[in-house]
Amino acid sequence: MIDWMKYRWLYLLISGMVIGAGIFGFGKWGLKYGIDFTGGTIIEYRFPDGQIKTFHETQEFSDPKVEQIRFESVGPSIGPDLVKKTVIALIMSASGILLWVAWRFKSFKFGLSAVLGMFHDSFVLIGSFALLGHFYGAEVDFLFVTSLLTILSFSVHDTIVNYDRVRELKKKVGGDLYNLANLATSETMARSINNSFTIIFMLLALILLGGETIKWFAVALLIGTVSGTYSSPFVSVAILVTWDKIEKKLKRR
Amino acid sequence: MTPAKKLILIFALFLGALYVDSPFQSKFNLRLGLDLAGGSHLVFEADTGKIAAEKKSLAITSLRNVIERRVNFFGISEPNVQTSNFEGHDRVMVELPGIKDTKQAQSIIGKTAQLVFMKVVDLPVEKNATPSSTLVPTDLTGADLAESSVVFDRNTDKPAVSISFTQAGADKFEKITGENVGKKVAIVLDNELVSAPVVQEKIAGGQAQITGNFSLDEAKNLSIQLNAGALPVPVSLVEERTVGATLGAESIAKSVKAGAIGLIMVVFFMFLVYGKLGLVADIGLVVFGVLTLALYKLIPVVVTLPGIAGFMLSVGMAVDSNILIFERFKEEKGKHITVADALEVSFGRAWDSIRDANIATLVTAFVLANPLDWNFLHTSGPVRGFAITLALGIGISLFTGIVVSRNLLRVLVKEKRK
Repeated sequence: MIDWMKYRWLYLLISGMVIGAGIFGFGKWGLKYGIDFTGGTIIEYRFPDGQIKTFHETQEFSDPKVEQIRFESVGPSIGPDLVKKTVIALIMSASGILLWVAWRFKSFKFGLSAVLGMFHDSFVLIGSFALLGHFYGAEVDFLFVTSLLTILSFSVHDTIVNYDRVRELKKKVGGDLYNLANLATSETMARSINNSFTIIFMLLALILLGGETIKWFAVALLIGTVSGTYSSPFVSVAILVTWDKIEKKLKRR
Repeated sequence: MTPAKKLILIFALFLGALYVDSPFQSKFNLRLGLDLAGGSHLVFEADTGKIAAEKKSLAITSLRNVIERRVNFFGISEPNVQTSNFEGHDRVMVELPGIKDTKQAQSIIGKTAQLVFMKVVDLPVEKNATPSSTLVPTDLTGADLAESSVVFDRNTDKPAVSISFTQAGADKFEKITGENVGKKVAIVLDNELVSAPVVQEKIAGGQAQITGNFSLDEAKNLSIQLNAGALPVPVSLVEERTVGATLGAESIAKSVKAGAIGLIMVVFFMFLVYGKLGLVADIGLVVFGVLTLALYKLIPVVVTLPGIAGFMLSVGMAVDSNILIFERFKEEKGKHITVADALEVSFGRAWDSIRDANIATLVTAFVLANPLDWNFLHTSGPVRGFAITLALGIGISLFTGIVVSRNLLRVLVKEKRK
């Protein structure tokens, strides 16, 4: 059996570095906010040669074949509401999941570790978009908010599968959480990777072929999927094991 | 019921769904959102600052009704009008599928159209001053209107709006004209003077004509607004999103292509990794696709671009139940006497984690879909569309990933042992 949990400090270090890079990008360049947040206007025209150009004001073209294909205008009052509603939705989802996991596994420790894994994935996503925004012009919009909330469920999906195995092994084999977590991680690893592959296939197809409108949305979901797969054993379960160890040490004193 | 009988039932369900999906019937159609069908999404914010708090909700309800009536006069199929309130902002969201002239739609919906008839009262003239007059509102307003229509003025041949009053309105009009013979009566729309004809005689019967300097379109718009009633509060446009129909059609073509290729990759992957078991999962996946599309048509779900993304995600998740079960089966195979026993145990053991994990996903889908219309959550169409397709996908995938593939395997494995 592989001793996964022996290297838990390494996993947390890797996560810390990825999130650190994101925070650095976020601090230096911030996110590239779209008009959903800032307010403003976007108009897209298609030219006869098939080219699509984006403007921020209405344009007059002498060529009647130039077609206006998209017009979006958002007032300044929409953005702040979007942020507030997102924060409320995040808190609601996170507490809902926390309660559900804590109840199913009869442990607050399990619930909180799962939620910490979720926040890990959210930070990874936000940090990635700070970098993607700076280097590739990825904008943060309504759909980004949706992806942020969706990856919460991804993240916890894998975590619960792992937890479930811990729960089952506890009844069957018993022993301390450290060994149970190792066993559960080994047994769920193949499933976790295979399932991520099927989701990644669908998202890759969407990124490459789905068109501009939802490209970054699919990228955000992809980052969330990869991060969620990683964070389940290597963040949530690693935190759970660390927490358990510290708790036992304190009790012994 | 034996597994074989259950399979026959599932097959019947599959055929029924296939019929709903097929383009050969016209009863059930896919409802496309604005981003796919083309159309306009407008959000108006109501200026409720001058309205007493207790009358606010009534004003917003009537605002919604008036806007809905105006939109209906505009002749758009399946418009959608919704209100929302968040931190003191009262908003009305209007969705107009397939609309071409959005500017006209905005001017029809967004104008208050508060019509008032006013008396023109001369002010006492002081020495050396030019004579002036002031307008005094009467109790005759747009609310007393029964109907209005566009006519052409007999004298000038210009477009005008003819109005007929309700009984009460006709009485008021008769009284006002009676009291003002030889004087002017002003017709004021949204605090702007439209016209101020001189009253020749007392007018009974409740018919009048507004002859401003209207273009034909202006006269038509005004007539629509008067018929639908004035907005109880003024509104301003805070958000507009319009997508051309061609762009929407392209999005559909691209997403279908992306979906098909992604699906093929998943089907191959499952076969490569799990062999014959993978094929059973693939059959489940086909059933999943057919049932999902049928439910989109039956419920109906308004399909948007993010909704398609939600569907594609749920495909990835749909095979998850099978992957969980098959991985479990690999472990259990050695421990049991027969393959059938090992499969039964795998299904049973995997169920706990499948249930717990999917309910957690449903929690997020619930918050995003906001089915109870909570104002403190997102009320935007695309986000909800995504969440609804995701939630439906989870539900259907539980059925196909567990019920369908389990019964399929029960039948297949039994045949093998004979």
